[in-house]
Amino acid sequence: MSPRPLDGEDPDRLYTITGGRSRADESRLDLVTLIVSECDPTPGMQSEHVKILRMSRRPTAVVEISSELRLPVSIVKILLCDLLDTGRVTARHPSSASTPSRLPDSAVLKQVLVGLEKL
Amino acid sequence: MVRAPLRSTASNALKIVVVGGFGVGKTTLVRAVSEIRPLSTEEIMTHAGVGIDDAGGVETKTTTTVAFDFGRITLNEEMVLYLFGAPGQERFWFLWDRLFSGTLGVVVLVDTRRVADSWYAIDRLEHHGMSFIVAVNDFGGPRHSVEQVRNALSLSADVPIIQCDARERESSKKVLITLVNHLYALSTAQETVS
Repeated sequence: MSPRPLDGEDPDRLYTITGGRSRADESRLDLVTLIVSECDPTPGMQSEHVKILRMSRRPTAVVEISSELRLPVSIVKILLCDLLDTGRVTARHPSSASTPSRLPDSAVLKQVLVGLEKL
Repeated sequence: MVRAPLRSTASNALKIVVVGGFGVGKTTLVRAVSEIRPLSTEEIMTHAGVGIDDAGGVETKTTTTVAFDFGRITLNEEMVLYLFGAPGQERFWFLWDRLFSGTLGVVVLVDTRRVADSWYAIDRLEHHGMSFIVAVNDFGGPRHSVEQVRNALSLSADVPIIQCDARERESSKKVLITLVNHLYALSTAQETVS
């Protein structure tokens, strides 16, 4: 059913997209960190950056950007760190990021329950 | 593809993971409750070439990708819940912390015809200290009682088990509510102690 665009992906392409870097500072971005663009694309900008800026006019999770660009999560994080460092996007971090090993706050869970009951 | 964007006020995204063997209905469950058609993406795993013939001092690395599906539910103005379908296979667990740290909790989806498929996943979840429930997907075969499944999985009495039909929205919604109720009980108990 779902396409597997990366099977047989040309490693050279991933190398080019990231400028040869293989790792972003992973702790900066969660799979569900919401990315919001703070500017419009400019001429000459890398095409993946252009796509991210267009996608993120409304908050968009890292994992949705990864799916839309058909690029692995870690490659997308590298691209996003570039945009964060230059202020072209901002990040809304999940509340769980501060306490990854603890049980979630009961107040948060209560809100999740209310949201689910309304489905 | 036309994307359905989140609200501009969305600021806090949460994760729940549905884990189970191939064909157990993870994506079906996600689809039943998701506000978007389930999407799929991949993450890269790089292994150092351990146990591979020494290629003259050149470090050998093999790169594989692991695919996973996801959907989402907008909970309110600020909160959005992402649901991930994760394969229970062994290599996936190498990526667990990288992808799923901070996950609220986990649904282990079980096919009673292949209960043994879930043993490894449950073992890994316990290892990672994740809270989970077990949902038994009904494939129309002979029904197993919840206690039979509990025994087959050697589950302790405090892990909730629920029967479900992952194709049904109401049933899948109930699975998620059962998980979050369980997490809520654990969380309030912990807050009372501390």
